[in-house]
Amino acid sequence: MASEQDKLLEEVTNREYQYGFHSDIDMDVLPKGLNEEVIREISRRKQEPEFMLEFRLDAYRKWLQMESPDWAHLKIPKIDFQDIIYYAAPKKKPQLNSMDEVDPELRATFDKLGIPLDEQKILAGVAVDAIIDSVSVKTTFRETLAEKGIIFCSFSEAAREYPDLVKKYLGTVVPSGDNFFAALNSAVFSDGSFVFIPKGVRCPMELSSYFRINTMNTGQFERTLIVAEDDSYVSYLEGCTAPMRDENQLHAAVVEIVTLDRAEVKYSTVQNWYPGNKEGKGGIYNFVTKRGICKGDYSKISWTQVETGSAITWKYPSCVLMGNNTVGEFYSVALTNNYQQADTGTKMIHLGKNTRSLIVSKGISAGKSQNSYRGLVKVSKKADNARNFSQCDSLLLGDKCGAHTFPYLEINNPSAKVEHEATTSKIGEDQIFYCNQRGIDTEDAVGLIVNGYVKEVINQLPMEFAVEAQKLLQISLEGSVG
Amino acid sequence: MQLSEHDISLQRLFAENRELIEKDAAPGVNAAREGAMEAFSKLGIPSSKVEAYKYTNLQAWFKAGYTQAYGLNGATSEALKQFECNVHELDSYTLFTVNGKFVAGSNVEALPDGVEAGSFAELSKKYPELLKRYYGSLAKVEEDGFVALNTLFATDGIFIYVPKGKVVEKPIQVVNVLTGEQDLMVNQRNLIVVEEQAQARVLFCDHTMSMSRFVVNTVTEGHVAESAMLDFYNLQNQHNGTVQVGAYHFDQAARSLLNANYFTLHTGVARNNIFSRLGGPHAENHISGLYVIDKNQHVDNFSFINHAVPDCESNELFKGVMDDASTGAFTGRILVAPDAQRTNAYQSNNNLLLTENAKMNTRPQLEIYADDVKCSHGATVGQLDENAMFYLRARGISKEEANILLMYAFAYEVIEKIQVPALKEQIRELVEKRFRGELDKCDSCVVCGQLGTGRAKSE
Repeated sequence: MASEQDKLLEEVTNREYQYGFHSDIDMDVLPKGLNEEVIREISRRKQEPEFMLEFRLDAYRKWLQMESPDWAHLKIPKIDFQDIIYYAAPKKKPQLNSMDEVDPELRATFDKLGIPLDEQKILAGVAVDAIIDSVSVKTTFRETLAEKGIIFCSFSEAAREYPDLVKKYLGTVVPSGDNFFAALNSAVFSDGSFVFIPKGVRCPMELSSYFRINTMNTGQFERTLIVAEDDSYVSYLEGCTAPMRDENQLHAAVVEIVTLDRAEVKYSTVQNWYPGNKEGKGGIYNFVTKRGICKGDYSKISWTQVETGSAITWKYPSCVLMGNNTVGEFYSVALTNNYQQADTGTKMIHLGKNTRSLIVSKGISAGKSQNSYRGLVKVSKKADNARNFSQCDSLLLGDKCGAHTFPYLEINNPSAKVEHEATTSKIGEDQIFYCNQRGIDTEDAVGLIVNGYVKEVINQLPMEFAVEAQKLLQISLEGSVG
Repeated sequence: MQLSEHDISLQRLFAENRELIEKDAAPGVNAAREGAMEAFSKLGIPSSKVEAYKYTNLQAWFKAGYTQAYGLNGATSEALKQFECNVHELDSYTLFTVNGKFVAGSNVEALPDGVEAGSFAELSKKYPELLKRYYGSLAKVEEDGFVALNTLFATDGIFIYVPKGKVVEKPIQVVNVLTGEQDLMVNQRNLIVVEEQAQARVLFCDHTMSMSRFVVNTVTEGHVAESAMLDFYNLQNQHNGTVQVGAYHFDQAARSLLNANYFTLHTGVARNNIFSRLGGPHAENHISGLYVIDKNQHVDNFSFINHAVPDCESNELFKGVMDDASTGAFTGRILVAPDAQRTNAYQSNNNLLLTENAKMNTRPQLEIYADDVKCSHGATVGQLDENAMFYLRARGISKEEANILLMYAFAYEVIEKIQVPALKEQIRELVEKRFRGELDKCDSCVVCGQLGTGRAKSE
């Protein structure tokens, strides 16, 4: 059986990144390097209002004082921040109304990825804010959404057209000096999505933004801001694929979510960036700061993530439960293979009364990868009746990989009930045997067991994402171990 | 790292008193001081920015200016007579230390042939080959500023040596007493060596007898050889003005068994650094701890179980009850090395918070590099079960009594693990008294209780 396992493992680990291609689109790029002039230039090119430039420069000055964090269970090669292009935009900057006007090559790129940008996807009911590198190229369903008063547009557009809203919420959840990478993002962020759901509106469709990193050596600095007013609801999807590349690329995104009274935001991510080749060469560095604040009473933020790509992942989607009776949720599947490293988890900060949070994290490590869960549950002194339950499971496929759990529980209120559970195991031989006995071969059995293992999280994803997520997991998982 | 003023004052203190410190120590102990100095000038006393000390900042207390216990400071074995730390019906060999110095042993002559238990200063000279082999082999100066500090100032403590095949049936009880009219800093060093197929039970009782401030930094290294067995107990019962950092480093060879239990019933600021290395296949490790604290006491248990080889098993259970404005912290790290297959490692930390000012920070951590393992950890922070409370109240039990009953039941899971029946009974009684708030009146083991709660100097 061992040799069969090895064969399967080899098969899986040898599978090349199937979305690896590089499309040639005319790019308008700034020279490499970072200084105040570059920031001013980014701001100028994007025709931003004055306050945005101030925000960027303030963040840049803070960033200069900071050092790259080293507390994570990661080995990060030194990054030369002067060797990165901080701005790249497709030259033809389209303000388009129909699909025909979109650069054909760009469309082909999307087609290869199966991004629902064309007509048939309208039937699927997905509004897509497609992003190639830094500038939002095409936004669909704008009109449908506009009728309801929902704003869903690129960040730079929002900064120009809705400066008041942006000014009111930008940096309120993730301040510009929050951490090293958030500060860097605040200084140089190129584009991203802006979502605003007005009072009492339930967004009729899943909002989706596909990311793609393109152009050699372009750091991708996305900034997403989602604001849900009283009694509103929105589900936002973020999915990523990136072409194969030899040099490491840096991705430092920031996502901010604000929910007011009784509002609910569901944020789902499937991340499948290039993880580097079998020797661990290349791959994306994914250093992301995601945080939501439940500002109003009875509001809810739910994070769901399926992380399969990136050479290094450093990501902690968090919830600040500020209002009373607010709810924070975090569902995560993190899969690492070959030389991938992931240090991911969440923070649940309980500030209001009767707040609840739930953490379900499923780590899967294969090959020579390292997979860590790192999470904080903090109950402040005034957060009466806070409730948290955390479940962190790790599955090891192969004997060269590592699975680690680093939870932090800081409890300052006696009425809190906080529980943390973690287990680490491999797929039991008895489980495999049980399946074999019933005529299911080992590869299918592993698929079955892993599927069951991650079900709890996958179930949280919207339908079309769930399908993609399962497909992604299959690529690396099926039959890796018996 | 930039050394603080306090760190520099400690370095100076060492330089000024070097002759005095080195006078009676074994050459091997003195030889280690250079390296310790070098390490200490790199590390200093860790601040709360050091991840391992995130929840306990000890920098304020560790500085020069305390009386150093180079000599006995007037304490004699006569003074111990009034102490009589007699665990009821606990027939034991007893060793006394005062302010980190070994002073007397009672009943030690009855120890089996070849078994040694006594002064570290003397026995380390008598057994230079043991010292050479084991001293500083587990507690490495370059890994922790406190170990470096201890190695720098170490003169005396306890040395226990159980040669191959010897079985010491009765527990060896070590009573560590802190006393004196002046504020005091103590760097005690202990070494326990249990050779192949040998067995021993060791109990450390930490006490205070006067109300001065005591700053204690003790390092204990224990080696459990192949097929050997060691039961280790630490009972900490000190007044509120005590600051104690206790490092307990154990190393286990194949098929050995270690039971270690840490009870903190009363203290000021306590930090336990508990390290266990499972270095041979089929070694078994059970560690547990109970901390019951109130006022503004602080207890931080930091444990690290290192599964270095395959086929070992570890079980860890720490429970705590935090009352008043006390703060508790727990870190439990389990490391399973690459290829340490078929490891079973379990860890659990449960806490009760009784008041709104009490705090608990807990970090259960797993670091696993092998795939055929069964590891789990769990941590909870909460209150007494309302249903259980209702059940008891419905049966006519007063609220106070029900509270005590439930807290006691909560703690009993740890007490249950004590392997010496007489000791179990004694600690059970102590814990119950502790919950009833009667510890002050206790006239037996807990002398410090009389001086403790409220009346002692506290920060």
